Amino acid sequence: MDPARFTRIDQTTWQIEPTGAMRVPGVIYADEDLIRAMDDKVYEQTTNVATLPGIVKAVYVMPDAHWGYGFPIGGVAAFDADEGGVISAGGVGFDVSCGVRTMLSHLKVSDIAPVQKQLADSLYQQVPAGLGSKGAITLDPFEMDAMLKGGARWAIERGWGETRDLARIEERGQMAGAEPSCVSNRAKERQRREMGTLGSGNHYLEVQAVTEIFDEEAAASFGLKQEEVVVTIHCGSRGLGHQIGTEYLRDMLPAAAAAGIALPDRELACAPIKSEVGQRYLGAMRAAVNCALANREIIGHYARRVFVHFFPNTDLTLLFDVSHNTCKVETHKADGASRQLFVHRKGATRAFGPNHSDLPEALRKTGQPVLIGGSMGTGSYVLAGSPSSEEKSFASACHGAGRAMSRHAALRQWSGRQIVDDLAERGILIRSPSTRGVAEEAPGAYKDVGAVVMAAEQAGLARRVARLRPLICIKG
Amino acid sequence: MPVKGDTSPNRWEHFPHDADVGIRGRGSTLADAFEQAALALTGIVTDAEIDPRTSVEVTCEAPDVEVLLVEWLNSIIYEMAVRSMIFGQFKVTLSNTRLQGSMWGETIDQAKHLPACEPKGATYTALRVAQEPDGTWSAACIIDV
Repeated sequence: MDPARFTRIDQTTWQIEPTGAMRVPGVIYADEDLIRAMDDKVYEQTTNVATLPGIVKAVYVMPDAHWGYGFPIGGVAAFDADEGGVISAGGVGFDVSCGVRTMLSHLKVSDIAPVQKQLADSLYQQVPAGLGSKGAITLDPFEMDAMLKGGARWAIERGWGETRDLARIEERGQMAGAEPSCVSNRAKERQRREMGTLGSGNHYLEVQAVTEIFDEEAAASFGLKQEEVVVTIHCGSRGLGHQIGTEYLRDMLPAAAAAGIALPDRELACAPIKSEVGQRYLGAMRAAVNCALANREIIGHYARRVFVHFFPNTDLTLLFDVSHNTCKVETHKADGASRQLFVHRKGATRAFGPNHSDLPEALRKTGQPVLIGGSMGTGSYVLAGSPSSEEKSFASACHGAGRAMSRHAALRQWSGRQIVDDLAERGILIRSPSTRGVAEEAPGAYKDVGAVVMAAEQAGLARRVARLRPLICIKG
Repeated sequence: MPVKGDTSPNRWEHFPHDADVGIRGRGSTLADAFEQAALALTGIVTDAEIDPRTSVEVTCEAPDVEVLLVEWLNSIIYEMAVRSMIFGQFKVTLSNTRLQGSMWGETIDQAKHLPACEPKGATYTALRVAQEPDGTWSAACIIDV
């Protein structure tokens, strides 16, 4: 994008002044290089979201933004139900509650090294990954509804997780307001045999080493120590969330028309929060959040089983589990008042700053862990929500590196086999059912995650705590 | 009936999107273009040959032909997911905005098909179904993967 299209507020804040049907400005947080590299579609989609009814303050766009569906990926928008505010299936995304969890192993890299290959093979065997993989769990209709209501709490009650995890999962592991009756039988059918599966695309399970610490105090409070090993899982609500996204996108088209909402793009299909479709979507979307929370809890449990096999005295403890495709009801200050808002985060992570009442006691002083996935070659970051994130972005930050290149272009440029071999030489073991999938996810196809998190820090969204480098990557 | 790798004038292609994949089917008729778009969808998952061992029938309806394309592709994605199958041949019959589709394929096998990634859903982004100036039909949209 051409930086001249924006009003530059400071080094990392770029404002789109409201024109035409825009009700609020658009604000992109990024450095100049990231702005120049961003697709013009991000600009267009930001201005489109700004036209939706009941939108509050501004559309915020994170440094890793790219061309999405209606909403830019990396977009944050909050709506007030009392002012005709809307809810949008595209503003949440197809993979509802896709997110990241990081677990601490308290092991050293040197403990892992002698068994790295066997550990990679066992994880690959125990955690179903990729299209055509089969989960070990089949849900009957009763269990399906219990899962959709119970989230990670349900998984724990069934023996796939630990009660102590709940404090460190958003919503304490169980999203309130989930309505299994708002989820279609087709969506449930798609999920029947998918619990505990990783999926494909950019989803992964990684064993990582803490390779750099930026903030000693915050790292200590998160339990992150130099050269210690963590396990990070990135996945979402699998087939159930995809089907809910697909169906409600379709149902919201006539709902928007009936409410007299002029859509600049069909993909922005939305319904007033206070409407029948809006309420049904909320019930279904919250059920999908629970599905994602349960899924990550189960995969975390599988990882624990494998680690205990190799290291009988190890205990994987959960640092945090956070979603980046959601719509949540939160209280924020806007226009001088405390208001209850429906905050959409599409490819953006909630990033509560220090002292936020929603955080568990152990994290309150430091702020919420913000888990940023990079590419399988470059590594990931752990950030902490900044005190200014509330004012800047309804307490939100980036979610990943963001792609710099399409899958199409990546396939032309790289061979999956070569990438696996090159990374193995650098001590990173990849396990995946598809070399083509690996090529599509080539490290070079992603933006520089370091530049993205630096921009998030400079913009006052979240501050860097630690950098993680991959040792093992299970890729779907 | 088009088969993957067919050399007839009907054809499909992928086009780039930042994070996902665009698919486009072209054909001498609208139904041909829809069949080709379905092959392009399979092309996201695998380049391998697919045995037409089992057939599945679907019907879809929509307010217009563009939404009908999304419905058709989403019905294939659904059948792939719940049956754990991959399809290599498609037959579409259209009457206005009602579609009757048949697909032939087999159970997905990671060792044989080396599936690259799983389509999550067809989207309204870059959605275009139209007759081109040369009289052929084109059917395109972005698939979220």
